[in-house]
Amino acid sequence: MLEIDGISKRYPNGTVALRGVSLNVDAGEIVAVVGGSGCGKSTLLRLLSGLDHASEGGVRVDGATISAPHPAVGIVFQEPRLLPWLTVEKNVAFGIKDLPRRERKARVAAALERVGLASYARRWPRELSGGQGQRVAIARALVARPSVLLLDEPFSALDAFTRAELQDHLLELWADTRPTLVLVTHDIEEAVVLATRIVVMQPNPGRIAATFDVSLERPRDRLSPAFDDAKRRVLLALDHTLSAKRKPVVIEPPQHRPATQGLGDGNGFYAAQRPAGAA
Amino acid sequence: MTIVHGAFEGAAQTQDHTRTTAAGHGPSSLFLGTLLPILIAIVWEAAVHFGLADGRLVPPPSRIFATLWELAQSGELLKHVEATSARVALGFVAGTVAGTLAGAIAGYSAMARRIADPTLQGLRAVPSIAWVPLFILWFGIFETSKIILIAVGVFFPIYLGVLGAFLSVDRKIVEVGRAFRLSSAALVGRILLPAIFPAYVIALRGGLGLGWMFVVAAEFMGASEGLGYLLVDGQQVGRPAQIVAAILVFAVLGKLSDWLLSLATAPFLTWEDSFAQRQ
Repeated sequence: MLEIDGISKRYPNGTVALRGVSLNVDAGEIVAVVGGSGCGKSTLLRLLSGLDHASEGGVRVDGATISAPHPAVGIVFQEPRLLPWLTVEKNVAFGIKDLPRRERKARVAAALERVGLASYARRWPRELSGGQGQRVAIARALVARPSVLLLDEPFSALDAFTRAELQDHLLELWADTRPTLVLVTHDIEEAVVLATRIVVMQPNPGRIAATFDVSLERPRDRLSPAFDDAKRRVLLALDHTLSAKRKPVVIEPPQHRPATQGLGDGNGFYAAQRPAGAA
Repeated sequence: MTIVHGAFEGAAQTQDHTRTTAAGHGPSSLFLGTLLPILIAIVWEAAVHFGLADGRLVPPPSRIFATLWELAQSGELLKHVEATSARVALGFVAGTVAGTLAGAIAGYSAMARRIADPTLQGLRAVPSIAWVPLFILWFGIFETSKIILIAVGVFFPIYLGVLGAFLSVDRKIVEVGRAFRLSSAALVGRILLPAIFPAYVIALRGGLGLGWMFVVAAEFMGASEGLGYLLVDGQQVGRPAQIVAAILVFAVLGKLSDWLLSLATAPFLTWEDSFAQRQ
């Protein structure tokens, strides 16, 4: 349903942010795009949203070419980007101004209810916490009922607890109508929690380095060995994309193991898992 | 101010703490604000009364108020106040409309800005009194030239304020509008104008202040009524009390009109998340 066909993006200053990225996403998939900074993952999302134009190649949603923002594609940014002069409910209604009043009211109320902020409808954005603001931003994107929702590091500015809560929340929302989600993140755990497929990108120029299908059952247990294993595989692939740039750090196992079990134990194992060429 | 949801304690707080710049003053700040002028008046009155100072060129408050009372009794004061206020009002409206339109066009369109802004900035550097002879030649000595001079004075701060505010609107918020496929008109009406509104109010207040300044210049160039006429007349007949009385009336009118402007715009600014709101 979402077809990315060999897109490249070259900025006027000559930087090639993306080169020849192709990807097909099925309806209802959750694709997480991970990569180090400068790998073009945010650029990719901007091209999918139609806010920027590809230099080569194209993006299609249900066969329609995306050349400008499209009603079938919603976007949630890294920050809530709420309009400070509108109350929460009016912010949520921002994109569906053309709908009849009753329909609009009903959708906004339902969306706020769904993100657990029904009692905040009349408040100002300045009165919200970061996590609440991002929930409103998600509600604003979802009331327009897009078939594809793009999320650009949506939870990266939040603390770990709020982030985990919002990840679960996003999954609940997704389970409702099963829109296609494309999520850019630099948080591998987030990718493994959410995604049905993980795309690892590498920089210079930005391109796809590896893709993983994540077939863990939902709800996913962040502490299970299978979860850990998936995380490690993504991390390895990511590490591979970076190893060309920097010298790998080899962490020596401690000479005298402490009596209690410490977090340091994992490091020895991690170092042992590095690709052969890295050490 | 009751746009804010009443049940919310944060909103209730912002209603209690009216801003010093906008909605008004608490009793204590009213007292503090008037303390200094009252003190000066008492000291000067006493100094003249006890013969410590000669009150001929700097009349004591009692004589100023006697003059004011005399002018008010004869109905002359009202006539002058009306004439001056009407000129300021007309000039302010004309200057505001022109300044807002020009600022908005130059702010929205980079091409218009490149064409018109250098010229306007050049004209802005001309001391406005320099226009007086030209305006008298063009528009005659009566009302038209006066109102145009005031409008010119009001135009520049508003043009500059609107232009600057447009240019500093957060790109991220504009992008929200683009993501929801707003037309250019809707982008201006639903994003840009509300976003610049706080800065616009400041520009309006600056423009109004200049309107009061320019009305004096306008009335100096030959008027048979108005507070500026009172000033010139006071000088010619050697009545400093009349001059100071007219100055006092200017102060009161200027402050009053500024306060009314703030009061009228305050309900639209309750959403602001600013330093003043938090005080």
